[in-house]
Amino acid sequence: MPFQSTVGDYQTVATLETFGFLPPMTQDEIYDQIAYIIAQGWSPVIEHVHPSGSMQTYWSYWKLPFFGEKDLNMVVSELEACHRAYPDHHVRMVGYDAYTQSQGTAFVVFEGR
Amino acid sequence: MSKKYDAGVKEYRDTYWTPDYVPLDTDLLACFKCTGQEGVPREEVAAAVAAESSTGTWSTVWSELLTDLEFYKGRCYRIEDVPGDKESFYAFIAYPLDLFEEGSITNVLTSLVGNVFGFKALRHLRLEDIRFPMAFIKTCGGPPNGIVVERDRLNKYGRPLLGCTIKPKLGLSGKNYGRVVYECLRGGLDLTKDDENINSQPFQRWRERFEFVAEAVKLAQQETGEVKGHYLNCTATTPEEMYERAEFAKELDMPIIMHDYITGGFTANTGLANWCRKNGMLLHIHRAMHAVIDRHPKHGIHFRVLAKCLRLSGGDQLHTGTVVGKLEGDRQTTLGYIDNLRESFVPEDRTRGNFFDQDWGSMPGVFAVASGGIHVWHMPALLAIFGDDSCLQFGGGTHGHPWGSAAGAAANRVALEACVKARNAGREIEKESRDILMEAAKHSPELAIALETWKEIKFEFDTVDKLDVQ
Repeated sequence: MPFQSTVGDYQTVATLETFGFLPPMTQDEIYDQIAYIIAQGWSPVIEHVHPSGSMQTYWSYWKLPFFGEKDLNMVVSELEACHRAYPDHHVRMVGYDAYTQSQGTAFVVFEGR
Repeated sequence: MSKKYDAGVKEYRDTYWTPDYVPLDTDLLACFKCTGQEGVPREEVAAAVAAESSTGTWSTVWSELLTDLEFYKGRCYRIEDVPGDKESFYAFIAYPLDLFEEGSITNVLTSLVGNVFGFKALRHLRLEDIRFPMAFIKTCGGPPNGIVVERDRLNKYGRPLLGCTIKPKLGLSGKNYGRVVYECLRGGLDLTKDDENINSQPFQRWRERFEFVAEAVKLAQQETGEVKGHYLNCTATTPEEMYERAEFAKELDMPIIMHDYITGGFTANTGLANWCRKNGMLLHIHRAMHAVIDRHPKHGIHFRVLAKCLRLSGGDQLHTGTVVGKLEGDRQTTLGYIDNLRESFVPEDRTRGNFFDQDWGSMPGVFAVASGGIHVWHMPALLAIFGDDSCLQFGGGTHGHPWGSAAGAAANRVALEACVKARNAGREIEKESRDILMEAAKHSPELAIALETWKEIKFEFDTVDKLDVQ
C-alpha cells in the first residue's frame, strides 16, 4: 500500500474579500444578504470591475448608488442588469452607510472571468 | 475675600467634601471605590482622596494663600454604597479642567492615581471610571486613523478582521518567522501580529524580522488578491529606537505597526500615535501588564479607565479580552468598555460598569481586539459579543491545526464568514452555532478538521473581578 500522509496540502486561493471563502451563494442566500443591507438602513450600491483591476480601491459604479432604495426585487434586477452589461466583470453588492461614511458590508455576487 | 493663615492640621472633609457641589460640564469626574481603615468616617476618606489627588497636602501651608485654592481643588460631591459590600463605598470626585495639561493622559493619571494610592488612611483604592469632559477630549489626538479609515485602507467590510499572533512567541529567526507570517496570510487571515515579547532580541533583531515579514506580506497579498498586514512591534528601549523602527516599517510600505502602551508608557504611546497620524500608519495596541493594575476588585485601576485613556492617547486597535477564552473578563463589563472604544456617546449604565455618561464627540473609534485561547468553536459567540468592528485573533487556534497554519487560517476564515452570513440572514448564531459550523465544514475540510481538533477545549473558570451589582 502506498504511503499516504494524513496531512493535507493547503493550496492558496485568490479571493475577493468578504465571503470569498464560502461556496457561491444561491439566489435565496443572496436575497437574504440584500434584505439585511436594506434592513440596516444602508443604501444598496452596485459596483463592477474587470478582474485585472480587482485590487483597485475604486470599482465603477453601476449607475449611481441606489440611495434609500427599499425594494429588494429592484436591487436584484439591477444586479442582473449590471451582470448582463458586463458579463466578464466582477460585480459586487455594497451596503453603504452614510452615517459612518463607510461600507456596512460588501461582497461579490458575480465573479468575472 | 482674603483669608488669615491658620497653621496646623485640618480635617480633609472641611475643605474637600462638598455634597452640594454641582459638577460642571468641563470638570473631569472620577469614581473611586474606597476601602478605608477601620474607624475613619467615609466622608473623611473620600475627602482625603479628593485632596491628595488634587491640591491638598496633609498640613495647611502658608503658600496656599498665594492662590485661590477654591478654584483649583478637587471635590468629593457624592458618596454611594457599593451593592453587596459593606466595607467599601464609591466616592465621586470632580476635578477642575485647569488641573491638567492639555492632551496629556500622563498628567491626568499622575494626578488621579499618584500618591493617593499609597495613602495610609486607605486599605484599598480603585479607580473605577473617569468621565472626560469634551473640553479635554478636544485637546487629545486620539486614534491616528480610527475604525472607518482602517477599514478603507485594509478594504475589509461587513465582518470582523481576522488575525493571529505568530508562535512560538520567542525563539524563531527572522526568516523562519516570516515563513509563519506568510503561511497565515496566504491561508486567509487579514493580519498577523508580533507577540508582545518580541522586540529585538539576540535570536531575531528587529530589522531582520521587518524585512522578512514585509516580503511575506507582499507575497501573500499578490497571491490572494486581498489586502494583508502584520503588526510590526515598535516597542523599544528608548523613544528614539521606537521611531527608528516605525520609520523603517514605513520605508517597507507596511500598513500597520504595534506598541505596548502600558509597559511602554503613555508618553511614548501618544508620541507614536502622533507619528502614525502624520505618516498614514495604522497602530495596533497591546496591553501587557494591565492585569497587574486592573484585576483586583478593590485596588488599582479598572480596565475601562485604561481603555478610555488609550482612546485618547491614540491607537487604532486595542486588546480587550475575549469573554470566552483563557483570559479574565465577563461579558457585560467587556461590552461596557468596548462601547467606550467604539461609540460616539456612551450612557451611564451600571449593569455594564459605566458610571458616567461619556460623550466622545468626533473622536474616531478603536477596533476591539479579542485574543487569547480562542478557537473555531468560539466563533459564533465572538461575533455575537464583539460585532463587526473587532479583530478576532486565533494564535493556537491557527498554528495548532494538524495541517499547519495556512489550513488553520482558512478554517477560521470559513467559520467567520459562515457566521456573518448566518447572522445577516437572521439566524440566532449563538443558539445555532453547532449547525452553522457543521454546515460550513461540509465545504471546507480545513474547518472540519479544526472542529474535530478543538471540540473539547473550554476555559470555564469564574471571573475574579465581577460587576458590583446584585
